[in-house]
Amino acid sequence: MSTIPADVQADTTFELDDAALRAALSTRARPPRPSGLSTSLTFGWRALLKIKHVPEQLFDVTIFPVMLTLMFTYLFGGALAGSTEDYLQFLLPGILVQTVIFTTVYTGVTLNTDMERGVFDRFRSLPIWRPSPLVGAQLGDMVRYTLGSIVVIVLGIVLGFRPDGGVQGVVAAVALLLVFAFGIGWIFTLLGLVMRTPNAVMSVGMMVLFPLTFASNIFVSPDTMPEWLQTFVDHNPVTRMVTATRGLMAGDPSAGEIGWVLLAALLFTAVFAPIVMRRYQRIN
Amino acid sequence: MATSEHAAVEVEGLVKTFGETRAVDGIDLAVAPGIVYGVLGPNGAGKTTTLRMLATLLRPTAGTARVFGHDVVRDADAVRSCVSLTGQFASIDEDLTGTENLTLIGRLVGFKRADAKDRAAELLAAFGLTEAEGRQVKKFSGGMRRRIDIAASIVVTPRLLFLDEPTTGLDPRSRNQVWDIVRALVADGTTVLLTTQYLEEADQLADRIAVIDHGKVIAEGTSAELKASVGAGAVHVRLVDPAHRPQAQRLLSDALGAQVLLESESVALSARVALDRTDAVASAATVARALDVLATNRIPVADFSLGQPSLDEVFLAITGHPAVEAGSDDPGPDPDATADREVMA
Repeated sequence: MSTIPADVQADTTFELDDAALRAALSTRARPPRPSGLSTSLTFGWRALLKIKHVPEQLFDVTIFPVMLTLMFTYLFGGALAGSTEDYLQFLLPGILVQTVIFTTVYTGVTLNTDMERGVFDRFRSLPIWRPSPLVGAQLGDMVRYTLGSIVVIVLGIVLGFRPDGGVQGVVAAVALLLVFAFGIGWIFTLLGLVMRTPNAVMSVGMMVLFPLTFASNIFVSPDTMPEWLQTFVDHNPVTRMVTATRGLMAGDPSAGEIGWVLLAALLFTAVFAPIVMRRYQRIN
Repeated sequence: MATSEHAAVEVEGLVKTFGETRAVDGIDLAVAPGIVYGVLGPNGAGKTTTLRMLATLLRPTAGTARVFGHDVVRDADAVRSCVSLTGQFASIDEDLTGTENLTLIGRLVGFKRADAKDRAAELLAAFGLTEAEGRQVKKFSGGMRRRIDIAASIVVTPRLLFLDEPTTGLDPRSRNQVWDIVRALVADGTTVLLTTQYLEEADQLADRIAVIDHGKVIAEGTSAELKASVGAGAVHVRLVDPAHRPQAQRLLSDALGAQVLLESESVALSARVALDRTDAVASAATVARALDVLATNRIPVADFSLGQPSLDEVFLAITGHPAVEAGSDDPGPDPDATADREVMA
C-alpha cells in the first residue's frame, strides 16, 4: 500500500449534517437495469479517466516503438535495404503492428493491478452484465492502441514514410489492427486473471511476444532465414497481420490476408473469451 | 420458514476452504431485516470470507446462504440487486476523483448521465465531501475515504449493506461519523451486517452479535444476552494505593471464591461472580462480603461497582483468549503476549 501523500486534505472541519444525510438516504427507486453495452461503455469511460489521471501509463507504449523505429531505421536500415528511406517504407507497418501487439500485454497488467484493489469487489457485486468490466477495459484499451498507432505513424511520416494507400489505407490498416488486438487482448486478459502479480503478467507477456514479433517479417524479409525458421515465420499470426497491414498501407490490399486476420481475431475471441469468463466467475 | 417476510440473511452450515485451511467452518446465521447485525471476531476468524460469500464474491465450499430469500449461488444476480459491499480496503478507484467514482457507480446501476451526476453531488454534500469532489481519492484522508466508500455503497440505497470492518484504522472522530452514518441508514430501513474486531463497536451499534472464532460461531445474541450467558456479573474495585493490590486480590479471591483479574490500570481489579438475577438479596450479600473483607483488612477503596461483564470479558470467557485489538495492517505482538491481565484462581 502506498503511503498517503503530504497534500492529503485536512479533515477537521466536517460535521455530519443529519438532515442532509437523511435526505440523501431516502431510498431512491433503483433505475431500470442498464444494458450490457451501456455498462461496458461505462467501464470504457473509466479506462479513459484513468489515462487522463495517470498519463504516465502511456510512456511505455509510446517510447518503446519510437526507440525501435529510430534504431532499426538508422542503425540497420542502410545495411538491410540499401537506404534508410527504403527500409522505413518496409519497417513502419511492421513496427505499427509490433507496437499495438506489445500494448495488449498492458491489458493484462492493468487488469491484474485492478483486481488487487477493492474496487473490483464492488464491480463484481453489482447487478450488471458479468463481462462488462472486462469488455469495457478492452474498449478502453482500443484508445490506447489508437494513440500508440498515431505516435508511430506520425513519427514515420516525419522520418519520410509515404504510404501509397493514402489516408484510407492507413485508417483501414489501423482498424484491422485494432480488431486483431482485441482478439489477442483476451489471451492477456486471461493471463491477468490467473497470474499472481502484474510483474508476472509482464514477464510472461514479453517472453511470448519477443520471439513472436522478432521471428516474423516485421524487421526483415524471411527469405534469408534457414528453412525451419521460415516455416515458423510463415505460420506466425504476426507475419500475416504485418503482410495485411503492408498491403493496406501500400494501397494493394490482399483479401486473403485480411480474411485470415479477421478469422484469427474471431478464433482468439471464441476460444479465450469463454475461458476468461469462467475464470472471472471463480476468482477467489 | 413460517414467516411470510424473508430474513435478510439466512446461513446454514456455510463452509469455505482454501486448500487445507478451513477459513469458514460451518457457520449458521439468521439476520432479521431492519437491524444492525455485528459479526465479531479477531483477525483471521473468517469474518471477511463469510461476508464475501454473502456478497456473491466467493463461492461457498458447502452449506447454503440466502439473502432476502435469494440463494447466493443459484440466484446471485437477485442478491446483487439488494446488497452493497464496503470492503475492508477501499472499494473505490483511488485514481479517480470523488465525483467520478460516484458517477461511475451511478451509471452502472442505471442512472442517466445527468441523474448520476446529480446523485453524486447530493451524496458528496451529505457526506461532507463537496470540497474534495475534484480530488483524486488517493489524496483523501482515511476518514474521508471511508465515507466516500460508504457513499458509493448507497448510490441506490440497498436493502442490505455489508460493512467489512468499517472503522478499522480510523481515529475516534472519524469512527463516530461512520457510526452516525450507520445509525441513519438503519433508521431509514436498511439492514446492516458489519464485521468488527472492536468489541465496543459491536456493543455500540449492533442489535445482535455473532462471535466468530476459527471459522465457527461460538456465541450469538444481543449484547445483553451475551453478557448474561457468561452466567456471571462482575465486581469492579479500584484501590487508592496500588501497593495493596496483591493482598486485595488474594482476599477477594478467598472471600468470593472466584477468579480475580488484575486490570491494566495498576489500582484496578475485577472479579467475575455468579449473580442470581432473581435474587437481589443474594447479590447484595456477595457485594457486602467483598466490601467487608477489604474494610476488615484496612485496604482503602476508591471505587466499587457491581455490573455486567464487558464484552471484552465475555470474549475472554467464551474463547479463552482476549480479542486482539489491532488493525489488520498491524498484526501486533504474539496473541499470547497481549493479555494485559494475569489470571489467578
